[in-house]
Amino acid sequence: MWLKPRPVAYIWHNRFLRQLFSSMLDLVPVVAVILFFQILVIQQPIPEAGRFVSGMLLVVLGLTFFVQGLNLGLFPLGESMAHAFARKGSVLWLLVFAFALGFGTTVAEPALIAVADEAARIAEEGGAIAASDESRKSYALGLRIAVALSVGFAVVIGVIRIVRGWPLPYVIIAGYIGVVIMTAFAPREIIGIAYDSGGVTTSTITVPLVTALGVGLSSSIRGRNPMIDGFGLIAFASLMPMIFVMGYGMIL
Amino acid sequence: MSDWLREFGNVLLETLRAVTPIVMMLVLFQVLVIRKPLPNPRRILVGFVYVLLGVALFLEGLKMALFPVGDLMAKQLTAPEFLGAAHHAGSVHWHTYIWVYLFAGSIGFATTLAEPALIAVALKAAEVSAGAINPWGLRLAVACGAAFGLALGTFRIVTGTDLYLYIVTGYVVVVIQTALAPRMIVGLAYDSGGVTTSTVTVPIVTALGLGLASAVPGRNPLADGFGLIAFTCLFPIISVLGYAQIAAWQTRRNRQTDNHD
Repeated sequence: MWLKPRPVAYIWHNRFLRQLFSSMLDLVPVVAVILFFQILVIQQPIPEAGRFVSGMLLVVLGLTFFVQGLNLGLFPLGESMAHAFARKGSVLWLLVFAFALGFGTTVAEPALIAVADEAARIAEEGGAIAASDESRKSYALGLRIAVALSVGFAVVIGVIRIVRGWPLPYVIIAGYIGVVIMTAFAPREIIGIAYDSGGVTTSTITVPLVTALGVGLSSSIRGRNPMIDGFGLIAFASLMPMIFVMGYGMIL
Repeated sequence: MSDWLREFGNVLLETLRAVTPIVMMLVLFQVLVIRKPLPNPRRILVGFVYVLLGVALFLEGLKMALFPVGDLMAKQLTAPEFLGAAHHAGSVHWHTYIWVYLFAGSIGFATTLAEPALIAVALKAAEVSAGAINPWGLRLAVACGAAFGLALGTFRIVTGTDLYLYIVTGYVVVVIQTALAPRMIVGLAYDSGGVTTSTVTVPIVTALGLGLASAVPGRNPLADGFGLIAFTCLFPIISVLGYAQIAAWQTRRNRQTDNHD
């Protein structure tokens, strides 16, 4: 690189610069797509181009900080806690932790709040709930809790799977079958929201923590391979909400 | 400038509110259950501050740059004036919306590449596999899947076919591929479905789905506007499994030619 090896204080700057550069590369496709469609297809200028450029610079800076923080904070923390639980040997506490992690990271997730409000509006228009602010709010809150419970539950099942060494495909396929069966019985207007709610639960901060938990656990339990057994927690966390939300739509 | 600072402060607070339950829970377990000091507590704290700052800056930047433009483009591309006379004829042909599919595919590809959660998983996968999995290769495979999923998802909204038909077919493909793909990749492939849709992709995709469903005659935004995210979650699983299958097949073939020499 352009910086020769220097005292420790400079290494951080060097890494930071390198990360800044690679974050910039990450965003080139987005800018290219927008420019291509806006200029060549729609043939309109970019509205408020200055704001667009400065916003993009903020995104680059944010991505850089995020990746740095990931390696400094989230990954080591998730893994050290996973190792500590494995050493402690108490499966019960591990499962309580897994549930709390899934529930806690989901219940306050902004994307989920947005989807839950939208779903409440649909339920109101569809006549599934009474047309009032209050019933809409309680519906949205119920949905959020259903999703958060399902993610907590999903992480618990995923952790049991890692501890027990069950093959991942079987558990996932069982989940798919569950989704298909629920689809057949759930009210039609909830299906789209249910399918989408699987995607919105896995946020930027949940993913690194949950991934580090899975990889940390499977590397500290004897007989588990972090590559084969460590991943899959996120997959559960995306699958389970579909089943729970369709169930919620059936109960109400 | 002060306006901007206040706005950024709000975003920072919002991020803080979303993160607080997680941090409290982690601290509680660390102090009450594990009861051992963390290695490098100061480093971890700095890391957390970076993540918080990073997410807030990222969100603020998206709100300034990407979301308004994405929203506007979704509206412009589905507007009758842009689609031309074909739209007024009464009947809707799926090919009227060809630019919408192309836009959905390319914006899905591009936003997935910029998705921080995917970057995190790709970094971890490279570390765990000791470099056997190339983070860029994985991200490209996921982005291709997301692009195809979104293009197909917009096609579904335009044609008004049932969502579950596509999803169930996708599941069947995933199950068949799982049986054939190298075992090492399966967990990672399943996970890459979930991570494609977080901060960047969801708002843009939602705007596109709702915009399209309200623009196409005969579609109801509330009933048909959802489902795009599910497509963006499903197809990356297929593309990552496929990518691993092709890689394994190539290695096998190379080994065979080596043996012949």
